Amino acid sequence: MEFPKDLKYTKNDEWIRVEGDIGVVGITDYAQDQLSDVVFVEYLVGEGDTVSQGDVCATVESVKAAADVYMPVSGEIVAVNEALADAPETVNSDPYGEAWMVKVKLSNPSELDDLLDADAYQALERDH
Amino acid sequence: MTEYSTPKPVEPTVYDLSSPGRVGHTFPQCDVPLADFPAGMTRDDLPLPELSEVDVVRHYTRLSQLNHGVDTGFYPLGSCTMKYNPKINEEMARLPGFTQIHPFQPIETVQGALALMYHTQEWLKAISGFDAVSLQPAAGAHGELTGVLIIRAYHHACGDEKRTKMLIPDSAHGTNPASSAMSGLQVVEIPSDARGNVDLEALRQHCDDTLAGLMITNPNTLGLFDENLAEVCELVHQAGGLVYGDGANLNALMGIARPADYGIDVLHFNLHKTFSTPHGGGGPGSGPVGVTAELAQFLPGPIVDVVDEGDQDEPPLYGLVMPEKSIGRVKSFWGHFGVIVRAFTYMIMLGEEGLRAASEHAVLNANYLQARLRDTYHIPYDRICMHEFVAEGRWPDAPEVHALDISKRLMDFGFHPPTNYFPLIVHEALMIEPTETESKETLDAFADALIQIAEEAHTNPEILKTAPHNTPFGRLDEVKAARDLVLCCWVPEKSGF
Repeated sequence: MEFPKDLKYTKNDEWIRVEGDIGVVGITDYAQDQLSDVVFVEYLVGEGDTVSQGDVCATVESVKAAADVYMPVSGEIVAVNEALADAPETVNSDPYGEAWMVKVKLSNPSELDDLLDADAYQALERDH
Repeated sequence: MTEYSTPKPVEPTVYDLSSPGRVGHTFPQCDVPLADFPAGMTRDDLPLPELSEVDVVRHYTRLSQLNHGVDTGFYPLGSCTMKYNPKINEEMARLPGFTQIHPFQPIETVQGALALMYHTQEWLKAISGFDAVSLQPAAGAHGELTGVLIIRAYHHACGDEKRTKMLIPDSAHGTNPASSAMSGLQVVEIPSDARGNVDLEALRQHCDDTLAGLMITNPNTLGLFDENLAEVCELVHQAGGLVYGDGANLNALMGIARPADYGIDVLHFNLHKTFSTPHGGGGPGSGPVGVTAELAQFLPGPIVDVVDEGDQDEPPLYGLVMPEKSIGRVKSFWGHFGVIVRAFTYMIMLGEEGLRAASEHAVLNANYLQARLRDTYHIPYDRICMHEFVAEGRWPDAPEVHALDISKRLMDFGFHPPTNYFPLIVHEALMIEPTETESKETLDAFADALIQIAEEAHTNPEILKTAPHNTPFGRLDEVKAARDLVLCCWVPEKSGF
């Protein structure tokens, strides 16, 4: 299982990659592994929406369960990855690459300080 | 190993069996003048299958043999209480006095049916400790929605409209958040503590003046009686909230503990679980709701009541009444009457002592299975369980095996799998509910199968990964089944699809 060092993580298993003032958001390798085969990705936000840290931006459904994806930061949604609607299995095969979910223009970059780095995320106590 | 003797090959569809011109009926000669439909209103063709009666009977009999039901085998589907449905229930529901009546008949002519509904309400009140019951809701989740609407109506009647927050423990039934959201409430999840009880610290943090209530499933979905229950209810009440009880697991409690006594304000009953009526596709469900005296006026109606006490010459007259501040109707007519007849039959056949014995045996059977499997399967919340328990379907030294593989393999032994992957707080959950009617032999055969499967998981995992092997179909492609929603085998040409 991989946890790239250049990403920030949430306890709810989202990641964010910051490129300038834009954050790219997805779910982690651990999350996709726990969910198993993903069959649907549905967005609850669209381009231009203003979101707050902790808002639900998408729902990911697998053969086992449905899980909400929460915004790691606040800001304005500048893109959603519509390709996942047709190819949800990408979440399993490339969670940090092709399976990014939303891009957000950060309104409060200091929120990044609340997030975990790769080591801290991996060190989370999990019952497994 | 028991071979599962299923007819093969798999049955063709009724359309595949069709033969042009074959019929299973003859109409009598027409004895009224023929009239033509107006031009343009008739269709050119009607592609229905054409078969003889015996073709149809054999087709559906063969299909029924491909199915697994509680009449054909053990069905330990946790949380669903797939208990045996006694056949006398069906006999009673088919009595002409119940089948040959109409909901709009004058009440004087349907006193027997109304008396049955009244006494069902009374039995449910006695079992739960509540003051009033409505038989209206059509199923469990419908009962939940009804209960949450009652809680909402109560707060509104008190002028307390800021109470919009519903707390739901993570060990509650999965429908609870949906019922709250449907009622316009905001759902907040409360974690469980290490013993599988509601985490009191987390609960306290949310007990404020925006609290509408808490929805609790007891025993919870871990099959555990919440040891903090009295305190949980007290905290919610102190904050001005009400406690909703999900009665889906009432099968553990009949005649032993009454939900109203431990602080529940509203509860739904699942007649299709606890009271032995068929489930879902096997016949409609029924989810009556019971409430405390304070909430009685908000119940959906109509409710059956004695409208004239009668005297030594005249029996009481039953009628239908609408509670004063009722949330309204939630179902057409008088609920699922045929289901209520079956549940009432079950109650009076067993009686007070029988109902208590049913709960005791359900709990005993679950604990017996838990004890037999404890050394083979990890049980994360391992204490005396109620009517069900949750094991983990995984082993550190068999990393490729999942709960799903264990369940698929169980089908080779002729058993219905347990509930998988629920509750979410247990990894690779296998939720096992044997119910009260199963013999020690059946329980042992099931435990033996699970122990053998655990052995195979370590020595021959492939046999699990490729299971089931002895069923009409092998492993299904669940991803395709979820994504590729082709729900009919035949699409009318003119439909445009």
